[in-house]
Amino acid sequence: MAEPRTRIAFRGGGFVLGNRRWAPWIAFVIIIAGWEAASLSGLLPALFMPAPHEVIAALRDLVNSGKLGNHIGASLYRVLVGWALGTSCGLVAGFAMGVFSMARAAGLPVVAALFPIPKIALLPLLILWFGIGEPSKVATIALGVFFPTVVSTFSAVDAVPRNLIRMAQSFGLGMPDILRKVVWPGALPGILAGFRISSSIALILLVSAEMIGTQVGIGAFILGAGNLMQTDQLVAGVVLLSILGLAISFLLSLAEKTLLRWR
Amino acid sequence: MRLLLRQVGHHYADLPVLEDISLDVAQGETVAIIGPSGCGKSTLLNLVGGLLPLQQGSIETLGAPPPGCLNPLTFVFQDFALLPWRDVAGNVALALEHHDLSRVERDARIQDVLALCGLSDFAKALPKQLSGGMRQRVGIARAIAVRPAVLLMDEPLSALDAQTRELLMEDLLAIWGRERTTTLYVTHNLAEAVRLADRVMVLSRRPGKVKTIIGIPIPVLERGKPQHAAALAALQEDLWQSIKIEAQVADREMLGEAQHG
Ligand SMILES: Nc1ncnc2c1ncn2[C@@H]1O[C@H](COP(=O)(O)OP(=O)(O)OP(=O)(O)O)[C@@H](O)[C@H]1O
Ligand SMILES: [Mg+2]
Repeated sequence: MAEPRTRIAFRGGGFVLGNRRWAPWIAFVIIIAGWEAASLSGLLPALFMPAPHEVIAALRDLVNSGKLGNHIGASLYRVLVGWALGTSCGLVAGFAMGVFSMARAAGLPVVAALFPIPKIALLPLLILWFGIGEPSKVATIALGVFFPTVVSTFSAVDAVPRNLIRMAQSFGLGMPDILRKVVWPGALPGILAGFRISSSIALILLVSAEMIGTQVGIGAFILGAGNLMQTDQLVAGVVLLSILGLAISFLLSLAEKTLLRWR
Repeated sequence: MRLLLRQVGHHYADLPVLEDISLDVAQGETVAIIGPSGCGKSTLLNLVGGLLPLQQGSIETLGAPPPGCLNPLTFVFQDFALLPWRDVAGNVALALEHHDLSRVERDARIQDVLALCGLSDFAKALPKQLSGGMRQRVGIARAIAVRPAVLLMDEPLSALDAQTRELLMEDLLAIWGRERTTTLYVTHNLAEAVRLADRVMVLSRRPGKVKTIIGIPIPVLERGKPQHAAALAALQEDLWQSIKIEAQVADREMLGEAQHG
């Protein structure tokens, strides 16, 4: 009698994440097509939610009227200056807390106490200090960005392998060289990951800050449209924000790809 | 350069780790340090290398460092300690950049040590692209690039598989064939000790004291010859006998600590 033969079945599939470059586009198309279909069929009343083609028309009007540049320009300026300011201060403070025991002991409780405060709550105070103009908006964003940057920088520096620092010391590198050649590149992955969070926070605070005391900026545009029940313009503003967010995320991915090629 | 240790002791908080270690290492001599886990071997090396502050006794070097020496006391680490964001040449360069060397001199040194360690074709490779053996070759290249007076090697081959270890030992011997550097070589591997060292210092279990120092009377570069195999095996057996009980007790102590601590 013959022994039974069994082919070996493959059972190791799945749980491996590969590249699907086209998938996000398909998802976008499906969502927008579904939205348009729901609007056309009357499932989504135009009063509550405009159809995609109306949003596109609103965007086109915005471009044609020449106001798009004004709004985006004002918002970009506030976000960039605020984010850069908050980030650079946060990097310095985070680095100091990662490296010096004194800075860490003093800084940790301060950060713990101030981080959870919603920075937008401070906007009236900042307006009092800096006036209603640009500085108070920039300061709100900077303040909101500062704390998460401190925390992510501090833990990124802390996570730099100690054996690398000891190696550098054993070859006689001084403190500035060790910070520049070992700690900074070693902390960079964590710092860039922190940028993703801080840039989202900057956008959120931007919109909130622009809802007070200004006529230009994406936030002001959305608020104005909301007050007039112009939902097509409102959603157009939201779409602009989302495009801005995507652009930032794209730039960060690019930075990660070029700076962290070694990983 | 000679190395003189006199009654060196060390403790972490109230844990005594080393007691009364005295040792003279002659110019160009390799002393292997063996002893049970946790007896203070790494501590001793870090004291000699100035990575830990000296608490008791004295550690001195005697004599002038070799010409071109940039970093008299130089480590080779068990975990290689390579910067993952620098390529092979860049990792060697790290040890040189902060010294007053012209670019030409620096590049020449890098080329030189890479060739010596069989890494010339890998100068542009990142650590993650290298095997463990290749990574430690980079660690060794980086160490000899500074022309050290004393090499401090803390289990440099322990992270490697047996065959790679064998290959790297031959490489080390080949490098030492050109010029012998005074070396302290910590290892758990008795075969390594017997193969590479002029003398082997056996430490007792923690707190580590010098239990015995055994000389290996066969010239290092001749130890591969078959006529010495029996003598070396006998020496290895001697070492094993002197360390066996210590290792057994240390092993049990660890269990005790885990239960009580
Ligand atoms: N920074 C430290 N603080 C407190 N205790 C330490 C410290 N470093 C080492 N020890 C303890 O000191 C003892 C000796 O450590 P050391 O690393 O020198 O031993 P070792 O002989 O190199 O051990 P191994 O063979 O495992 O490498 C160990 O018990 C260890 O737990
Ligand atoms: Mg050790």
